[in-house]
Amino acid sequence: MSPALEATGLGVRYRRTWALRDCSLSVPTGRVAALVGPNGAGKTTLMHAAVGLLRPALGSVRVAGEAAFVAQDKPLYESFTVAEMLAFGRRMNTRWDDAAAADRLARLGIPLKRKVSGLSGGQQAQVAVTLALACRPDLLVLDEPLANLDPLARHDVMRSIMAEMAGQELTVLLSSHVVSDLEETCDWLVVLNGGRLQVSGGIEELLDGHLVLTGPDAASAAGAQVVGASRAGRQVSMLVRGAPPLDPRWQARRPGLEELVMGYLRSPESAALPGLTGVGA
Amino acid sequence: MIEFNLDRGSGVSTYLQLVHQVKQALRLGTLRPGDQLPTAREVVESLAINPNTVLKAYRELEREGLVEGRPGMGTFVRQGIAGATLAEHTRLRRSLEGWVRDARAAGLDQEDLRALFTVVLADAAKEGVA
Repeated sequence: MSPALEATGLGVRYRRTWALRDCSLSVPTGRVAALVGPNGAGKTTLMHAAVGLLRPALGSVRVAGEAAFVAQDKPLYESFTVAEMLAFGRRMNTRWDDAAAADRLARLGIPLKRKVSGLSGGQQAQVAVTLALACRPDLLVLDEPLANLDPLARHDVMRSIMAEMAGQELTVLLSSHVVSDLEETCDWLVVLNGGRLQVSGGIEELLDGHLVLTGPDAASAAGAQVVGASRAGRQVSMLVRGAPPLDPRWQARRPGLEELVMGYLRSPESAALPGLTGVGA
Repeated sequence: MIEFNLDRGSGVSTYLQLVHQVKQALRLGTLRPGDQLPTAREVVESLAINPNTVLKAYRELEREGLVEGRPGMGTFVRQGIAGATLAEHTRLRRSLEGWVRDARAAGLDQEDLRALFTVVLADAAKEGVA
């Protein structure tokens, strides 16, 4: 199957600074891809390049079909009612499913007559996502859709996006700071760090392919591909890729998503990318 | 009908938790042959998980011959799946309770019991008994 999003040697430069360098990745169709990384890692830049809001200096990025984008600051007009936002979307877009949008808002219990300024943060996020979905995109790109929302609203927003996925062929790319929000919902992981791509792959496969090891600092790591290690007194914890080391003093377990992400972010020189057999150490 | 729930801190992957819960429901008789499993959309709307996870769990159950997908209708528990009956469960549970009492009297604690049971289970699997 052709990928929903594909970047090849993508490089984006703001004046003399590279925001993104040498980024090659592909996200398969039907996946929910999490884009994570610290501030300034290049997440928003990658999203802007993907939806055509900026032109790359090097390489290319390609979306199969139509992309819809929801920017981080939830681009809604405060003085508009929800119905007026819908009318606005209808006029601005050639592909537009008004009935689906109205139906979605009704199911979410968001009144059409209410002004945007009178909605809660969670409801505003839901309206922004609804407007993007009304364009019937093949790829839905969401920049920090859960930022500034309380845990209940975060859950509700993710739940409604997941429900959309169940009904149609849709691929989602979303960025977030809070990895725990993504654990059950995303099935593809893209980690950016300092403008470079560190990880891109299926989350289950990544978690199955890594181990968290703890053991005495005298234990040998020979035979393992170490992503990163940390020391506390005489104990060492490390994240390894592939098989565990031969030394039997290590205790091994499967990492959580957050441990995997943190392990890579703390070791910017390590990478887990398709076609790459080794990791830096 | 079955309602799934997730133990998010368990370290067990979500799709396996769904598989285990269906199997457990089959063992306990809360799911019976002919019963329909919730649709992916229903599970997603209650748990806020990725629909692919639900489909993966259902595919696994189908591969093991426990359920079958009927196009356009949903996923159903297969007719005539043979497992231990509820009566046998009760009998085996009684004898296991006896064994636990014995072991306790011999001074084994909770952890010892668990370790011993796991070892015996693993050995039995190796010998092809279980």
